[in-house]
Amino acid sequence: MKQGAEILIDTLLKEGVETIFGYQGGAVLPIFDVLYRTKELRVVLVRHEQAAAHAADGYARATGKVGVCLATSGPGSTNLVTGIATAYMDSIPIIALTGQVPSTMIGNDAFQEADIVGITRPITKQNYLVKRVEDLGRLVKEAFYIARSGRPGPVLIDIPKDVSTNKCKSKILEAVSLRSYNPTYKGHSLQIKRATEAIARAKKPVIYAGGGVISSNASDKLKELVEKTHIPVTNTLMGLGSFPAAHPLFIGMLGMHGTKYANFAVSEADLLIAIGARFDDRITGKMEEFAKSATIIHIDIDPSEISKNIKCHIPIVGDVGLILEELNKIISPPEISEWLSKISEWKKDYPLTYKEDGELRPQYVIEEICKLTNGEAIITTEVGQNQMWAAQYYKFNKPRRFLSSGGLGTMGYGFPAAIGAQVANPGAIVFDIAGDGSIQMNIQELATCVQEKLPVKIAILNNQYLGMVRQWQELFYDKRYSHTDISVAPDFVKLAEAYGILGIRVDKKEDVEKAIKKALAYKGPVLLDFRICRLENVFPMVPAGAALTQMVDGIA
Amino acid sequence: MRHIISVLVENKFGVLARVAGLFSGRGYNIDSLCVAPTDDPTVSRMTIVTAGDEKIIEQIEKQLNKLVDTIKVSDLTHTTHVERELLLVKVRHKGKRSEVIEIADIFRAKIIDVAKDYITLEMTGDEEKLSGLIDLLKSFEIVELIRTGKVAITRAEK
Repeated sequence: MKQGAEILIDTLLKEGVETIFGYQGGAVLPIFDVLYRTKELRVVLVRHEQAAAHAADGYARATGKVGVCLATSGPGSTNLVTGIATAYMDSIPIIALTGQVPSTMIGNDAFQEADIVGITRPITKQNYLVKRVEDLGRLVKEAFYIARSGRPGPVLIDIPKDVSTNKCKSKILEAVSLRSYNPTYKGHSLQIKRATEAIARAKKPVIYAGGGVISSNASDKLKELVEKTHIPVTNTLMGLGSFPAAHPLFIGMLGMHGTKYANFAVSEADLLIAIGARFDDRITGKMEEFAKSATIIHIDIDPSEISKNIKCHIPIVGDVGLILEELNKIISPPEISEWLSKISEWKKDYPLTYKEDGELRPQYVIEEICKLTNGEAIITTEVGQNQMWAAQYYKFNKPRRFLSSGGLGTMGYGFPAAIGAQVANPGAIVFDIAGDGSIQMNIQELATCVQEKLPVKIAILNNQYLGMVRQWQELFYDKRYSHTDISVAPDFVKLAEAYGILGIRVDKKEDVEKAIKKALAYKGPVLLDFRICRLENVFPMVPAGAALTQMVDGIA
Repeated sequence: MRHIISVLVENKFGVLARVAGLFSGRGYNIDSLCVAPTDDPTVSRMTIVTAGDEKIIEQIEKQLNKLVDTIKVSDLTHTTHVERELLLVKVRHKGKRSEVIEIADIFRAKIIDVAKDYITLEMTGDEEKLSGLIDLLKSFEIVELIRTGKVAITRAEK
């Protein structure tokens, strides 16, 4: 006979879990009690449950494994919600374990009771309230299977306190089989054949690759496809790193803050090959104008993404990696030398640029971080200008190196995600590119870094504004900077020191390199406060609702 | 256009909430919804009547299929099928009881309860038949009217 909490931990170990990001509380006392004696499992004690969910998410994105977070009932569980929604929007496999009041008290408005299964229903791939200890092992196993298979996503398991303390005979199931859930992995061969025919005929093809390439671990197969066909590749924000930025056929990110040449190429393409991407409105701009002369091939594991936003002509549902493998076997290259020279010209005529003067500009900071880490660091971002500058100016050559909240756009994501990534990769350089607004949303995690000895580097691009919103106010609201000035802020260097970590302020462009080098050489966590010029904007920019060809930029 | 979507789901706690949440969360409307276990008690059948253009219906079907607990989704609208709905209606007959009974006879509605001024009818049928009865009863006073929402089944191949 084993206690529910023991069965839970046994099952987690069996699933290969090494780390749990968690926070204590009344309803999870029995679980933490078992963790106390489980030496094989590292528990990272965060300082706010939201950070536990983001850290599990960062861990999952950096490794491809399932991340696990744990919180108590009521407020503990509701604090996970933003992190779960973030993972859901970006299809990241995490397991959220929550304590619940004893089953006999559910529905009584008991102390620290919240219907977290009800609350998280629209933001989880699946969720469970475990009613009997006998079901616990099976449901946890099922949860892992669902989280990591098909289109991955978060699964929540709500465990009443009596379920974790009650005992039953424990037997761990070997395999999960669900009659109602059978994702399609293998692409339809006829559709794959149709795709190869369309590719062979194309004169102006573009590959548009998203996060699905990364979650399917299919970067090598994408590269093979490109090397066989010489079709240029643009990435979504989520797809960055799925194709090497240094490759001559890479044309950068597309969409609202994409490169001009990527947006021109997609707008003029006669064939668009969408791979593991979902035609988000930040990518398409005005839907009716998006790739309007192109035949669209869409490779995706989720049938509900096919023709959801943009009508697709050749859908191939299945695992990106398996489909590309089949495609690569029979592909024949199109004749596109004219198209490629046109793209080269665009690249030459409309490069990604910023003003290079004596000012401390954020783009320069990112370029320096990229240079000094040889483009090999794991970069997490917050949301806003910092995120877009990081996406534009850091050159990602490998997958799982750029961790960013794409779909939900969660400020406060980057720092805890960096913690998760650092736990998974103790030897790697992990940099959180932050804004002064975002970093304050989970700044309390500095203590977690110290306690867990995680040498995360934080680069705050500090313009004393909620910069992206201020940019919109400048461009679309006649410079009425309503409630975006956050110059009343702590001294970040002193704050870092208060937590016992190294803080470095950088006011001048010429000090950037030295400061980054110092941060990289330092063994522990470092907070860099870059006081960038306040009114710098992210360009190019496609105004919301405009066509991709209607980019504005403001380089004087 | 109106569609009848028939969904087989796991008969588990929370599944109905997931289906209902899918509709409300994406702004789709449910005109009627019937749920009950099938001959296999671990499986429930939902019959959902909804409206939307082809694109919306396609998304509804795909999103329903995407739910982990969905076993099968079929749109019966364009297949040959039989639809039925159960109606209970309480009428104040205002002294014209025999007229109400006559109408009930014509429609083959059953009289299931009678009181001094009231008569309650039960009828099963398709939408047209139900509306026909309701229209005629409007000349009396309809006190309460309850419809179950549609259920539908495909016709067997002849």
